[in-house]
Amino acid sequence: MHALTGDSHAAGFYEPSDKQPGWWDIMIGPGKGMDTDRYFVICANVLGGCMGSTGPASVNPATGKPWGSAFPVVTIGDMVAAQKKLVEHLGITRLLSVIGGSVGGMQALEWAVRFPEMVASAVPLATTTKHSAQAIAFNEVARQAILADPAFCGGDYYESGIPAHGLAVARMIGHITYLSDEAMREKFDRRLQDRCDISFDFEADFQVESYLRYQGGKFVDRFDANSFLRMTRAADYFNLEKAWGNDSAVAAFTRATCPFLVVSYTSDWLYPTYQSKAMVQAMKKNGLDVSFVEIEASFGHDAFLLPNERMTKLLQGFLDRVHGSLHEEGGHAL
Amino acid sequence: MRFDLQVIASWIEPGSRVLDLGCGRGSLLGHLRDERQVRGTGIERDEDKVLTGIGRGLTVVHGDMNEEVRDYPDNAFDYVILSQALMQVFEAEALIKEMLRVGRRAVVSFPNFSHWRHRLQMLFKGRAPVSRELPYEWFDTPNIRVITLRDFKRFCEMLAIPIRKECAIRTHHHEESGKIVRFKPEIFATYGIYLLGQPGEKP
Repeated sequence: MHALTGDSHAAGFYEPSDKQPGWWDIMIGPGKGMDTDRYFVICANVLGGCMGSTGPASVNPATGKPWGSAFPVVTIGDMVAAQKKLVEHLGITRLLSVIGGSVGGMQALEWAVRFPEMVASAVPLATTTKHSAQAIAFNEVARQAILADPAFCGGDYYESGIPAHGLAVARMIGHITYLSDEAMREKFDRRLQDRCDISFDFEADFQVESYLRYQGGKFVDRFDANSFLRMTRAADYFNLEKAWGNDSAVAAFTRATCPFLVVSYTSDWLYPTYQSKAMVQAMKKNGLDVSFVEIEASFGHDAFLLPNERMTKLLQGFLDRVHGSLHEEGGHAL
Repeated sequence: MRFDLQVIASWIEPGSRVLDLGCGRGSLLGHLRDERQVRGTGIERDEDKVLTGIGRGLTVVHGDMNEEVRDYPDNAFDYVILSQALMQVFEAEALIKEMLRVGRRAVVSFPNFSHWRHRLQMLFKGRAPVSRELPYEWFDTPNIRVITLRDFKRFCEMLAIPIRKECAIRTHHHEESGKIVRFKPEIFATYGIYLLGQPGEKP
């Protein structure tokens, strides 16, 4: 399951000329955490995104124009329901594991609770059963940046030109939440960008400013503002406890049956460890088979995307066990 | 595997559910899974050990055993094991009661503080004992409890916890072999291992 702005290109290169492999190439491939010599890996673009599955930039067959503002706000549940249709279309009745980080982790949790009979295990990484006020607050500021861009035109900008500046600022805010104080200090500190002294104007004096501007600018080329609004909304609205447990996490997980591997990262301030611990607690209270580890990492929320030898072994061991126990159950050729 | 863990493993009925508090890298749980078809869960506070445990296919929760044990429902396990960790537990009584809430049986092992070497060090050197089993000085020890076999039995009596099995052994920490001590264990055993039943239950 990909995260907020990911896509179905999870691993490997599509074209020899590609500069970058898929977003989770470190974890997916022969001999990697998700060993493609042993397992078949599916990664689909989420509903409402802009990388393949239907989203606001797709053409509305009724009008022949992009949906734009007419495209509804979808939920994590909607995305998972769409993924289930794909999996069924592929003729698969049970998944060995549903694995995802961040918003992808929300989808993994939703899968385990919504379709327990189809999920043999779930691995939610750096995620939460519901956004904190702080996480919603960051998303709100990011959305406001887009909504306040004059080019936004209420969401129907596909002919007039995209709200590039608003979307870039939204991405800049996102990047702050994906890092951490420590990661920024290590990466940038107060170093200046291509200059010897501060400029006393509003150029990108500091490396961190330059980095954020670069990330923002790059994002505009590949992502749609309407999708960004809806993805962040879906993440804010996600509340597993409310949707499935009448506001109780313990009640929500009564539906789940599979083993879980929950992972958090010490410096993740977007989805801090206490949120992972709370879901682990609810799973334990339901007598579910749950493993949990908080990994020491200084890179903030993004840590789950970075090379980590420990994470590879962890996932291999977990999947191997689940795979073995399925064989004992005697049936599913997964 | 350590000799004391071998003794513990021999007490576990095949196919049972086991919680191992302070499971380390999971050598006991791995053994129980492979040899006795046990469905095990471990709790461990050291990240590296947790990663090793999960990496070998075990179920392990990263955290403090005193807190983590509280989340499990009553009778979630057949056995709850606390091996060589009791001397580091602040609220020992509360933890053992929790163990017997989430488990039908509890297994507790600890180094015997009244071993003759410890006694002699106190008597002749007038110093706090330092031994293979308790290798720390007073200023750097993680062990905050001094437990002897007699003290532990007295403690169980006080709480009306029946001791269903007990075994005193002589070995040292990393040794895979050892002996069961039957003569004056409170003097000659380096470790005591106890299988506890429910409070008030007849032994």
